[in-house]
Amino acid sequence: MAKKMKNMEKDMRKGGKRIVAKSPMKALKRVLTYLKPYKARLAVALACLIGHVFTSVGGTFLLSVVVDQYILPLAYKAGVITAATYAARAAVVTTTDFAIMVGIMAAVYVCGALMHYLYNYSVTYITTKVLQNVRDSLFVKMQSLPIKYFDTHTHGELMSLFTNDTDTLRELLSGALPNIISQSMTVIGIFVMMMVISPVLTLCIIVMIVVGMVVTKYIAGKSGKHFVRQQKEVGALNGFVEEHIEGLKVVKVFCHETQEIKDFADRNSALGFASRKAHTYANVLMPIMGNLGYVNYALTAVVGTIMATTGFLGMTWGGLVSFLQYSRQFNAPISQMAQQVNGIMMALAGAERIFDLLDQEEESDEGYVTLVNAREDEEGNIIECAEYTGIWAWKHYHKADDTTTYVKWQGEVEFENVTFGYVPEKTVLKNVYMEAKPGQKIALVGSTGAGKTTITNLINRFYDVTEGKIRYDNINITKIKKDDLRHSMAMVLQDTHLFTGTVRDNIRFGKLDATDEEVENAAKLANAHYFISHLPEGYDTMLSGDGANLSQGQRQLLAIARAAVANPPVLILDEATSSIDTHTEKLISEGMDKLMQGRTVFIIAHRLSTVRNADMILVLEHGEIIERGNHEELLQLKGRYHQLYTGAIELD
Amino acid sequence: MEKKKENKKISRKALNQFLTCVSDYKTPSILAALLVAIEVVFDVFIPIVMSQILNVGMREGATEFTFCLEMAGTSTPVFTLYDRTTFIVVCGAVMVVMALLALVCGMLSGKFAAQAATGFGMNIRRTLFDKIEQFSFANLDHYNTASIVTRLTTDVNNIQFAYMMIVRTMVRSPFMLVMALTMAILIQPTLSIAFAIALPILALGIGVGVTIVFPRFEKMLKKYDHLNEATQENLVGIRAVKAFVRADYEIDRFKKVSAAAQKLQISAEKIIITAFPLMNILVYACIIAIVWLGGNNIIAGKMAVGDLSAFLNFVMQIMMSLMMIAIIFINIVMCRASMQRIGEIFDEVIDITDKEDALDITPADGSIDFDNVDFSYSNNPDVLNLENIDLHIKSGETIGIIGGTGSAKTTLVQLIPRLYDTFDGEVKVGGVNVKDYKLDNLRNSIGMVLQKNVLFSGTIRENLLWGNPDATEEEIIHATKVAQAHDFIMSFPDGYETELGQGGVNVSGGQKQRLTIARALLKHPKIMILDDSTSAVDTATDASIRAGLKEEFGDTTVIIIAQRIASVEEADRIIIMNNGRIDAIGSHEELLASNPVYQDIYNSQKGGDIDG
Repeated sequence: MAKKMKNMEKDMRKGGKRIVAKSPMKALKRVLTYLKPYKARLAVALACLIGHVFTSVGGTFLLSVVVDQYILPLAYKAGVITAATYAARAAVVTTTDFAIMVGIMAAVYVCGALMHYLYNYSVTYITTKVLQNVRDSLFVKMQSLPIKYFDTHTHGELMSLFTNDTDTLRELLSGALPNIISQSMTVIGIFVMMMVISPVLTLCIIVMIVVGMVVTKYIAGKSGKHFVRQQKEVGALNGFVEEHIEGLKVVKVFCHETQEIKDFADRNSALGFASRKAHTYANVLMPIMGNLGYVNYALTAVVGTIMATTGFLGMTWGGLVSFLQYSRQFNAPISQMAQQVNGIMMALAGAERIFDLLDQEEESDEGYVTLVNAREDEEGNIIECAEYTGIWAWKHYHKADDTTTYVKWQGEVEFENVTFGYVPEKTVLKNVYMEAKPGQKIALVGSTGAGKTTITNLINRFYDVTEGKIRYDNINITKIKKDDLRHSMAMVLQDTHLFTGTVRDNIRFGKLDATDEEVENAAKLANAHYFISHLPEGYDTMLSGDGANLSQGQRQLLAIARAAVANPPVLILDEATSSIDTHTEKLISEGMDKLMQGRTVFIIAHRLSTVRNADMILVLEHGEIIERGNHEELLQLKGRYHQLYTGAIELD
Repeated sequence: MEKKKENKKISRKALNQFLTCVSDYKTPSILAALLVAIEVVFDVFIPIVMSQILNVGMREGATEFTFCLEMAGTSTPVFTLYDRTTFIVVCGAVMVVMALLALVCGMLSGKFAAQAATGFGMNIRRTLFDKIEQFSFANLDHYNTASIVTRLTTDVNNIQFAYMMIVRTMVRSPFMLVMALTMAILIQPTLSIAFAIALPILALGIGVGVTIVFPRFEKMLKKYDHLNEATQENLVGIRAVKAFVRADYEIDRFKKVSAAAQKLQISAEKIIITAFPLMNILVYACIIAIVWLGGNNIIAGKMAVGDLSAFLNFVMQIMMSLMMIAIIFINIVMCRASMQRIGEIFDEVIDITDKEDALDITPADGSIDFDNVDFSYSNNPDVLNLENIDLHIKSGETIGIIGGTGSAKTTLVQLIPRLYDTFDGEVKVGGVNVKDYKLDNLRNSIGMVLQKNVLFSGTIRENLLWGNPDATEEEIIHATKVAQAHDFIMSFPDGYETELGQGGVNVSGGQKQRLTIARALLKHPKIMILDDSTSAVDTATDASIRAGLKEEFGDTTVIIIAQRIASVEEADRIIIMNNGRIDAIGSHEELLASNPVYQDIYNSQKGGDIDG
């Protein structure tokens, strides 16, 4: 019960999301399909569960047999009691029979415990395995989703699938589902036994159970309402804390602490009040159910005793003893089942969210042209080879005549009237035409939202164009296999993301089989070698949680090194040096120019000094290229670029 | 960077903090425990009354029915009735009344427990937040926002929940155990032998189980943390993963961790899986023993059937309490981790506070002196972030600071409002050591616009009032005009009442910077520090802001950190920072003529022929 309330709370914490499943049966069915690979174990679990319930219900029944058939007749025999009903039985029963009967009882119990163990073990094994599978498939799915998905969903949303929702799913599989099965079987078993012993007394019990259920429903409803309110307050408090802890340095600078403490206290007491209400209702439920059980017990005892003394409807003393035990056992599972229904609905809602993700459309790839390492023979023919040669070729398989042709990689990228919008209503790029000749360095400048990053998103097909075409060495990029397309270009992105691991691992991310020497050379090229060698453990320093122990500038240097080690045909730098000072930036740019000689480079930058020496600068505004040319040409144009360069207008 | 603590104990100091938090709710806590104890008493007595019904009801041919408390062989008559049915009904009524009383006690106890636990939780949150508000910048650097938020929410929740369990079950279960055991022994000492054997075994088993289980669970939880970390990283870095086509590599890594987590979970749960059936076996063994011994007693005429039934009830009660105790243990152990995490914050030593004899004066003017200042973020003389800074700024001067990534520009200015303390040497404002001022007095006279600046949800006006809660409309407009923010504010339909949204998302980067400048100006500071605060503002506006500052805040000392030479070239003096040292100080012309670093920066930005 306690555990359940906690889960309920956890679920409520998820705020605005639906708390109860849309179509629970469908979700449940689908959850069950995950159990398929474990059919054998499942069968064992079910068999053991049935056995366990049977022995625990039957054990209590045996008690009545022991009392009626052995203890009391033996007592009659010994002259302790005088009721004539035991005379017949007393004539045949011996103390040895009694001992044997007790032995049988013991055997039944031991069997029960054994089955309980087997059942628990199977369920735990199945659950953890199923969850491992769910997590793995979620992760695999996540990797295959298009970037669009990540751009339209928060990280929190996705993370909660991996944590909260898989957690509730675990509760469902290892707790709620088997519990409901075992409880309903127990209830049925006990009910049957009670009916066997005395239908009249059973009726008595049922009446009380109904009363209990009505009370439970009322209180659970109240409690649920307050939990929802508590949830709202938790959300408000969380929002406040997140914002104000993030801004705590500003708070300090303005000596605003007292006001903050007051604002927090208001939200805190609102939350305190709501959760007090919620917990009060949750807390009173257990004593009510428990003690109603005792009331039930008392009534049964009174009626039962009167029946047994008169022998009304064949009531025996042993039967009464068993019945009283049953009545105690009957109560608990019923009230628990009532509470579990809520939990199950919530878990199924979580499962639905998981399935929603698993049903998301994956990033599609119809491309068939691949990029291979190549060399040229004496006659200038392109021959595919395995090792790195610095020459690449597009391998083009023609289905029509079953031939394969090779086209030498040049690095020419062409946008032909490209129009694109992330959402249909809002066009981000309008009729963009641009051409990057092999070996050129192309720069894109413009305000935030002008569409610079969008262009790179299109080149490596994070998104597909709405209209127009992008050609790469005269091949429509939709024909190129996505992996190969992306392999052919290294990107250094606006937000640098490092992964948990050593500095070396992080650089090697660009080329998994890079030697230590290659890694260090790349770092030197990116001007990162100096600071890396000053880290406590140099290249083997562990970076934790997205490289939080490095400055933004240092992280950018690592990201550049990562791209450099990939040694790609095409390089895209998206605001890659924004946090690096202009002097270091110049050094990096020199190094990169050397590396990328003869290859194509795209640079996106805010800072105009970064793009000065590009072969072609494109000025983007509202999704259109409004000026193009090199630095000198654009300055002479005295247009937007000139205004930007002289600081007459603001770039943002 | 999260501080990793080797020492996992909760300190005495932190423990005292927790105790203070709970002390407000002493009364409801005690009431909850007391009421639950009363509930237990009723619960234990109900089976005894029950046994009377059975015992007396069975006695055939009797005409006199006496309610006896049979204890250790002697029986104490309580009342006697002369009709069997009346006796049974009276006993039944007694039981129902007892159950109802128990019900009321239990409900009240639940109510008080909720009050105590949620109050406790509320107090922890408050104490935590108060403490965090006292944090200095150095303290804050030890934690990231997410981890503080988790502590304030999830961890507090865990403790609150555990506490609720404790005040109710912690009393209920052991008390139930003792009561039931006592009653059992009193009714039939001979039968209690079963308990004498079973209980120690059970207690030992629980003890051993908990000690084995806990480290395994810890290990498992840690693995799951890794798993979540990996997921989070991949989510945040999905573009990098996709751009480098590393999905398979990441999937491989994830699957390894996820399989390891599954194995650890099995190894942890195995203990519990084994423990519960073993416990069951023990319970059953007791039942069997009691049936056998009790049965023989009944046959020998030493015991009534009703007593057997009562006894079996006690067995259930005792075993249930033991199980509950085991569950509480697990809960306490689980919440220990949360207590440690919160304790860590309680234990954080605030390194910047008012001195006891701090002067209640405000700085006389805006002069700043750095006397041979050394500074280290890690307080380590071998890793100095600022070295031997000797710098004297006159009141009303405009100072520019320029230098490469990591040259410690920000570090230098953060010492002025005493956001960090020096490692060696003194920083003086208005001729007085900053450590001698009351912090509020010092900081209120310095307007600082941080590099990573933040606006809060609320209207533009509310945000501006942070600078001075009593500012008049006139003052606000004056400040926003100097910061070149008035015009764009007025261009919004709601003007100064425009809602900013969390983190100020409704304005552009350049607008945000100008708002934060206006906010700082409203303080009427003696010293104004702009830490790279116009990076997103165009050069023309940037120049207007500087001109406005000069004109309207002429006697304010202004310090400008910038990447752009244009932002600092008109300053009275420019400081060039290089690797934590002052490389040179001078005017634009002087530096351009003599300083190679400055020349380098200048050239990298302006490039020969064109004049910015």
